[in-house]
Amino acid sequence: MLILRTFASVFIAVAVFSAAPAQAEPAIVYSVGGKFDGSFNESAYQGVQQYTQETGNSVREFELERDAQSRQALRNFASRGYEPVVAIGFNQANAVAAAASEFPETSFVIVDMVVEAPNVASYVFKESEGAYLGGVLAAMASESGTVGFVGGMDIPIIRRFLCGYVQGVKSVGQETEVLFNMAGDTPAAFTDPARGGELARSQAQSGADVIIQAAGGTGIGVLQTAADTGVLGIGTDSNQNGLHPGQVLTSIRKRVDRAVYDSFIAFDQGTFKPGLNVLGVKEGGMDWVLDDNNRDLITSQMQQAANAALSGISTGELVVEDLAADGSCPVS
Amino acid sequence: MNAGQLPRWVDFGLIPLLNLTAAFLVSGLVVLIIGENPIEVVQVLLWGALGFGEGVGFTLFYATNFIFTGLAVAVAFHAGLFNIGGEGQAYIGGLGVAFACLALDQVVPWWVTMPFAIVGAALAGAAWAFIPAWLQATRGSHIVITTIMFNFIAASLMVYLLVNVIGEAGSMQPETRTFEDGGRLPFLNDFIPFADFGTAPVNLSLVLGLIACFGVWLLIWRTRLGYEIRSFGANPTAAVYAGISPVRTIVVTMLISGGLAGMMAMNEIMGSQHRLLIEFVTGYGFVGIAVALMGRAHPIGIVLAAVLFGMLYQGGAELSFEIPTITRDMIVVIQGLVILFAGALEHMFRPALVQFFTMRRLNAAQTG
Repeated sequence: MLILRTFASVFIAVAVFSAAPAQAEPAIVYSVGGKFDGSFNESAYQGVQQYTQETGNSVREFELERDAQSRQALRNFASRGYEPVVAIGFNQANAVAAAASEFPETSFVIVDMVVEAPNVASYVFKESEGAYLGGVLAAMASESGTVGFVGGMDIPIIRRFLCGYVQGVKSVGQETEVLFNMAGDTPAAFTDPARGGELARSQAQSGADVIIQAAGGTGIGVLQTAADTGVLGIGTDSNQNGLHPGQVLTSIRKRVDRAVYDSFIAFDQGTFKPGLNVLGVKEGGMDWVLDDNNRDLITSQMQQAANAALSGISTGELVVEDLAADGSCPVS
Repeated sequence: MNAGQLPRWVDFGLIPLLNLTAAFLVSGLVVLIIGENPIEVVQVLLWGALGFGEGVGFTLFYATNFIFTGLAVAVAFHAGLFNIGGEGQAYIGGLGVAFACLALDQVVPWWVTMPFAIVGAALAGAAWAFIPAWLQATRGSHIVITTIMFNFIAASLMVYLLVNVIGEAGSMQPETRTFEDGGRLPFLNDFIPFADFGTAPVNLSLVLGLIACFGVWLLIWRTRLGYEIRSFGANPTAAVYAGISPVRTIVVTMLISGGLAGMMAMNEIMGSQHRLLIEFVTGYGFVGIAVALMGRAHPIGIVLAAVLFGMLYQGGAELSFEIPTITRDMIVVIQGLVILFAGALEHMFRPALVQFFTMRRLNAAQTG
């Protein structure tokens, strides 16, 4: 009897939960880091916030616990009429491709990867261009002639960031040395602030006095240790200047928030276009942050140099090399 | 706490049930505290795991992973070894599967590739367990420590190989190319006519897992090697006295254990993802420990525990989808409580039950 009752209520639950939203409401699926990773996903979340505050519309969110859930989550949203469905992170590419072919009438967005389908808009970023700006500023701020880089994992997307950073550093002075470490090879590589702190400490002990992080949650520890040991940190993805005011040289922003916001707005206005969007410095997809928290750290000379690099990249006079086909960096 | 003090149905049925109930009661309290209705949460969880074809499919898909990693831990348990390295062994097992699939997928159908992939997975997983086993057997290096360390070495090796050696050139994602049809196991949907598992990737590996269960049962309780393993696990000194070689037993047991863990990759790599990629194991190896504990290191118990954890995984995903206030961290709390009660607090209800059943037996003896 009890079992019967349980089953009955389970079926009621089904009926309740298969209800669709009244009008098309956007949905977003964050990658495994979670929306408060202080970094990449959080940048996307800021785009969501901006959209909800400006339009008053709500957005359904889902944080993946493991990548296998991605396709399920995307299908769930699509089948219940949410649109556009935004997937954050390159890990979701295959899931987006599958869901997009299953729901050809629904618009999908993927950030950080390209999915070629008639109903998918892909946003990718030229991280190396942003990292180049970080490199220029780091090299100019460094007094020791040594700067540091702490990455999450030794995978192409992080190598590309390192490659741009090295090019920026070397553009200021060939003799400036770049120390670099990767935090690990397990999923914890991007979520381990303690490990980030250790690496930053060892780099500081080896003479680095400006350290950039490209390690998501691990990078929070890099910035913390940099502040504790009196060297400068550089934030990435989101604006992290405010984490340790006066001790974060700048933040190299990857404007995931703009990609998210733009795609929501475009869909609302009926101007949503599938296809590839490459966001570099020129498109405003990568930039560096100057605000009250770091104004005292940036000399007018540095500001000029960074802006010169920025406009050089925008006009195409300055080319930041990407990784070679074999994954190596043309500059070292 | 000796075996035989309790009737078997209590040991294998009532105690796990009590543990589970306690875990869900505490979880219910946590749910209450964050302001949701626990009854509703349980309903959504059950519905998400079992209420529709695709949910069942995902539950079984996750369960397949847990069956393999659970069996791996269980086999080692019987020899008194605690193999924490299922995570790394499964990861390296993926390498074996991928080599077979990448080599054969374009020339032969899947059923030709499959035996090679199985052998590849088992050999790779076993190879990864070999060094810790050898060190334990000959040098006394504790297997818990070495297998944990080998998980990290496996992670580093796989990232290195996927980024620099076998990964697809020019791709930002560290992964191999996608296998053709010759490197894909059929989904259960494809060969069971009345099955409707939607897009759930539950595949032939489930059958493989059940065969492995039977194999482990045969091995442990019906062969001479199994007898040696159990004797060694029960009392190493006595086993040696009886002429059982400790080195051989430890190494062989760990090779079997590692091989079983490695075969988890059949489900993920050849069955579902159809390419080798980084981090595909994501904790299945560790959950296998809880599965083995809860399943009392017996294949039938392991299947039941694996299905339970499959339900928690799949139902949990649906739950955080349907009730956004139940975040994914809450799901981890619920899963953690189940592991805590089923594994760590395994003996909590046991003394009381032993007392109860001893009293009853005494009473029965008096009246009889």
